[in-house]
Amino acid sequence: MSGSPVVSLRNVTKTFGAAGVTAVQSIDLDVRPGEFVSLIGPSGCGKSTLLRIVGDLVEPTSGEVVVNGKSARQARLDRDYGIVFQDAVLYDWRTVAKNIALPLELLKWDRAKRAARVAELIDLVELQGFAEHHPWQLSGGMQQRVSIARALSFSPALLLMDEPFGALDEMTRERLNGELLRIWEASGSTIVFVTHSISEAVFLSTRVVVMSRRPGRIAAIVDVDLPQPRNADTREEPRFFELVTAVRDRLREGGHDDDRTAPGEGELVGAEETP
Amino acid sequence: MRRLRRLAWEWLPAIVVFVLGIGIWEGAVQGLDVENFLLPAPTDIVRTLGTDGGELWDAAFFTFREAVGGFVIGCSLGFLAAVAIARWRTLQAAVMPYAIAAGAIPIIAFAPITNNWFGITGMTSKMVIAAVLCFFPVLVNTMRGLTSVHPSQIELMRSYAADELTVFRRVRLPNALPYVFSGLKVATVLAMIGAIVGDYFGGAPGALGVQIRRWVGIFAFDQAWAAIVLASVLGIAFYGSVALVERLTMGWHPSVRGARPE
Amino acid sequence: MAYVAPASTRSRLLDSERVREAGRSVGLFFAVLAFLWASWEAFRWIAETTELRLGQFEANDRTMPHIHDIVAQLFEPSRRNGPLLIEVLWDAALFTAKEAAVGFALGALIGFALGVLLAHSGLLQRGFLPYLVASQTIPILAVAPMVVVWVNPRLPDDFKDWGAVAVIAAYLTFFPVTINTMRGLTSVDPRTLDLMRSYASSSWSVLWKLRVPAALPFIFAALKIAAPASVVGAIIGELPASIQSGLGGAILNFNQYYITEPTSLWATNLIAAALGISFFLVVLLAERLIVRRAPENVA
Repeated sequence: MSGSPVVSLRNVTKTFGAAGVTAVQSIDLDVRPGEFVSLIGPSGCGKSTLLRIVGDLVEPTSGEVVVNGKSARQARLDRDYGIVFQDAVLYDWRTVAKNIALPLELLKWDRAKRAARVAELIDLVELQGFAEHHPWQLSGGMQQRVSIARALSFSPALLLMDEPFGALDEMTRERLNGELLRIWEASGSTIVFVTHSISEAVFLSTRVVVMSRRPGRIAAIVDVDLPQPRNADTREEPRFFELVTAVRDRLREGGHDDDRTAPGEGELVGAEETP
Repeated sequence: MRRLRRLAWEWLPAIVVFVLGIGIWEGAVQGLDVENFLLPAPTDIVRTLGTDGGELWDAAFFTFREAVGGFVIGCSLGFLAAVAIARWRTLQAAVMPYAIAAGAIPIIAFAPITNNWFGITGMTSKMVIAAVLCFFPVLVNTMRGLTSVHPSQIELMRSYAADELTVFRRVRLPNALPYVFSGLKVATVLAMIGAIVGDYFGGAPGALGVQIRRWVGIFAFDQAWAAIVLASVLGIAFYGSVALVERLTMGWHPSVRGARPE
Repeated sequence: MAYVAPASTRSRLLDSERVREAGRSVGLFFAVLAFLWASWEAFRWIAETTELRLGQFEANDRTMPHIHDIVAQLFEPSRRNGPLLIEVLWDAALFTAKEAAVGFALGALIGFALGVLLAHSGLLQRGFLPYLVASQTIPILAVAPMVVVWVNPRLPDDFKDWGAVAVIAAYLTFFPVTINTMRGLTSVDPRTLDLMRSYASSSWSVLWKLRVPAALPFIFAALKIAAPASVVGAIIGELPASIQSGLGGAILNFNQYYITEPTSLWATNLIAAALGISFFLVVLLAERLIVRRAPENVA
């Protein structure tokens, strides 16, 4: 894990609207190649906003964002990253194969290349036999796998994931965690992962970035030194529990009690304009 | 065999209702001795269609052409206008309420005026009425469909650095299809109404509305009712074709798939 | 995606923001009216100077009277020593409005009920939908005399004159409501249906707690179409029913004088347009009030 950072944030701040609500404040963060970095924090701490800033889907009010050695905007235009949302955002009118192929169609890959790549990806996310199905015929977990396959289709250096497993049950979630690690290893990408779940963050990441409540600052960064490759047994190791406790303590320090969130305040995410 | 079963499942209920309906109709008219002018028996109507079929068909088809012509023009213009306007969000937001309000104007009241403009006997005047009637529902529905896209879908496209045209083709347009078809189906009905009611204020001698009025005037109710039936048949065919196209292009949508309540 | 402001700032925002928005809307309204007026006169002027011909059409005082002439006509007597045109039209509009309102209510209720029924039974849908569509293609104008003869005698005295017209108005109203109710009720994400099923909800609960609130936007979209349609139905219905007191009668009347006095017919159309638009605005207002509250009720 050496080389210049894939993502570099310097003093990034984002304030929304006339009322001046600050989502994130003075964020300094580097993500090195091949890392798996989780962003975790209480509701409204701006972690999703931060992810979108990296993806140039939200413009920071101040600060510098460098992705893959370029401005965030250029990185987006050059398609240096793939993004996975909590909602799979699949198009009902396309089959699984066509959903995965969508970015490749936009990149004007020819049909043979597309078909080959889609086949590869379907193997990667283990959806063999479902290529001609439609999204509504799949379970939530399977839909997310399609979403991940799609995000990886053009082999981006960076993968941005916004609570992709948030809507799934615990068992599916744990299973997909394992699969995600396998995919991460196989593809060699760098991943920035937003989550609410402490155990998920510790299990998946090389580093966990703990954010405080709004205005979101980086409260702490916890290095996760669990050995790779990780598997179901990893969750039972004493070191795992120690790290989970460490993260939990940092969260508590940064202020994480949801009950203390004032009524009417909600998660600040997303673009400034309503599409 | 499976296809046949599917077709049967699809159409059998309607056929059953039809047969039952005709039966009840015939029985009621004969049994309750309903006056002929109010509602003749189905058998009378069929007989009339046999004897005067040619004349009836000509009249119905003439008016049908007026309706279809107006439909094609009005819907195309409505769709194109919506595509053009929805391109700029502020423009679309500004235009929308006025487009909706304009659709609230009784266009049919302008039939005497279009007759004055384009002549009573030509098809043009009725086609214009039908076209204007179709324009607004399609405009409004299409605009609505093009802009009610889930934000995530747009964000996803932006993450692919897709340009506006691509977003339009791949996201907004498919998203708008259900809305567009809703509008088109309403438009088929409006176009027929426009054509026939337009005739009431004066139309070509061969036009359906004019003929019906004449027949009612001379108490030829059998012909009048036969003509009405014919007009309905054409109207159904019209609506049905649009529904068919919808089924073919939109097999994936929940409402077409049949996410039916249990 | 939306951003939710903290409660303290929200009310402050709404006040000044709202006023500014209202001002902008009013300004836009007058701008649009001015634009339309200008377009009309501009088109007329261009068509006259270039001697434009569209088939039989040419622009002159008869085919495209000046807007100010039309408006002026409203304040002329409608016949020698008679009441002003605007008074006559106002009374006619009220009469037609009455017919349309009753027709609208009737049609909307029937349409909704039908929509619910058909959404719940694929069988009924496949059986009856074609005939509902057919019902709209039956030229009501042609059937209207029969409707009048059959319906009117069966009505209580108060309704005898115009009841049939209300029925005709209802006839034009119910169809869009049925279609949109059906579509709205069935456009629910299948997964949310499964959720309700998991709570062992009765069909009735699923209907009222999930499908109807989800269908409200569709239903109101239909009502916004149906309300002006009821006005159209009322006007059309008056024609063969030979009712003099409504706008339909006024149109027929002034159509006869069109060659000599085109502005009267145009003025009538203006009033008819205003009637249609006001019906629409009433539904719009209702939508603003109701649909905003619906999500809270569902939660």
